[in-house]
Amino acid sequence: MRNYDELLSSAAKQMRPSGIRRFFDLVSEMPECISLGVGEPDFQTPWDIRDAAVHSLETGRTKYTANAGLKELREEICHWLYRKYGLRYASREVLVTVGGSEAIDLAIRALVEPGDEVIIPEPCFVCYDPITTLTHGVPVPIAAKAENDFRITAEQIEKAITPKTKILVLGYPNNPTGAVLHHEDLEQIAAVLKDKDIIVLSDEIYSELTYGYRHESIAAFPGMRDKTIVINGFSKTYSMTGWRMGYAVGPEPLISAMTKIHQSCIMSAPTTSQYGSITALKDCDDDIEYMRRQYDIRRKYCVRKLNEMGLKTFEPRGAFYVFPNITGYGMTSDEFCEALLQEKHVAIIPGNAFGACGEGFARISYAYSIDHLREAMKRIEEFLKEHREVK
Amino acid sequence: MNAMQLLDLLSENPRATVTDLADILGESLEEVEKTKKSLEDKKIICGYHTVINWDNTNVDHVDAFIGVSAKPQRGKGYDAIAERLAKFPEVSSLYLVSGTSEFLLSLNARTMREVADFVGDKLAPIEGVTATVTMFVLKKYKVNGVTMNIPEEVLDDRLPVSA
Repeated sequence: MRNYDELLSSAAKQMRPSGIRRFFDLVSEMPECISLGVGEPDFQTPWDIRDAAVHSLETGRTKYTANAGLKELREEICHWLYRKYGLRYASREVLVTVGGSEAIDLAIRALVEPGDEVIIPEPCFVCYDPITTLTHGVPVPIAAKAENDFRITAEQIEKAITPKTKILVLGYPNNPTGAVLHHEDLEQIAAVLKDKDIIVLSDEIYSELTYGYRHESIAAFPGMRDKTIVINGFSKTYSMTGWRMGYAVGPEPLISAMTKIHQSCIMSAPTTSQYGSITALKDCDDDIEYMRRQYDIRRKYCVRKLNEMGLKTFEPRGAFYVFPNITGYGMTSDEFCEALLQEKHVAIIPGNAFGACGEGFARISYAYSIDHLREAMKRIEEFLKEHREVK
Repeated sequence: MNAMQLLDLLSENPRATVTDLADILGESLEEVEKTKKSLEDKKIICGYHTVINWDNTNVDHVDAFIGVSAKPQRGKGYDAIAERLAKFPEVSSLYLVSGTSEFLLSLNARTMREVADFVGDKLAPIEGVTATVTMFVLKKYKVNGVTMNIPEEVLDDRLPVSA
């Protein structure tokens, strides 16, 4: 028997496995369970987008596109970013990628030298750390505090900066906490970075899903455009996760380096998806508004229910997650979520899957119908009652 | 309370009880009851309907659309004749439209004979009605936003857990 472990690269072996994987396996063995574990919207992709994609197939648009993506799509991305967040980019500063994830991968690979440090505010999406490791960079996690509504502070960032810092990741609106950064937070972060050659990797994939708060991009702040790569995409905004469509915008030299890598490993994002995405940007503002309204009802419902049943939950202003504090039941996040799954067949994700500081919390996704959420909340409440008595 | 959210919920599920709605919105029963009543009184909520596909029952059922050409009356326009047309219980919808005829109405009946009788005995003799064009419904594909007789879309094929 060959020892494959000896064959694998040390970087691949060192990559942190996704904390969600183990839980995924547990849930897969329980088909009857009520899941609150998804990281994707429940709505169907708006019909106009699907229709445009089908039409592109009918008219024979089945070949590669330019490496960076269709010119028309890149231009629409520029219009959209300006219309939504006042960001000004030219189409040559846009790269269309296979989901936001590819854009994150490319940005880190294009920038990180062995030993370079990447500051990662946690809890956060699971891919920044392993990709940094794969490029022989050093992930530097910093912990966003619950008492600060999971907003990372300029002060914390400043403390983490060393001469080796290459990238600061900002993933807001945040998965898994639902936190958003306020105008003043961004202003202060921009001030800390003012005289430093640090690139901000601003993952704004949830930018359109905010409630009572308008998303601002750090790239729109004075002095920040030149050192920010903004990542966004279609998955969350337009409920298009399976289409695999994301993009990065930023200074041309960085985008061209990323495009060079993209050229070698991807060639171009799926053509059909690109045609659908043009329609999304041009014609689907109403669909975003409809989905946001539905999410907002569910968000308020979950926050209220969880607080009423005794799980302290701050009111998130973005994405489609709530992040309750589950301490007080004598269980770790893993134990709590596993017991809830075994006893009540409800799947939620342990907070530590999103970074060590997520311990003591759990991520609940509200990308489900209100009826589904009500049944799940009923079961969580029963679970808490039963465990309170034991305590 | 936010009336828009109440309308959103009721348009998704008109059968939601006041208790359900109060629970979802975090409002008192009285508050939801009051808001719902006020939306009904203001005719913002005009009714709660059940969409039935009669094809799937043993009951005889015929639907028809009828284009009605009509002359307006001095001082009243088309409203007087519309009022008369709307009185017939078998007329389920009635619209004043642009195009080749003035009114478009939809008719629910049991048999084609009933439709013919309605047109011949009730509709055509009305003063001011100058012509009618009857279109029998052969198959229904979408009624009030609900599709029927075509394959349903996949409801939820998401992985149960993802990042």
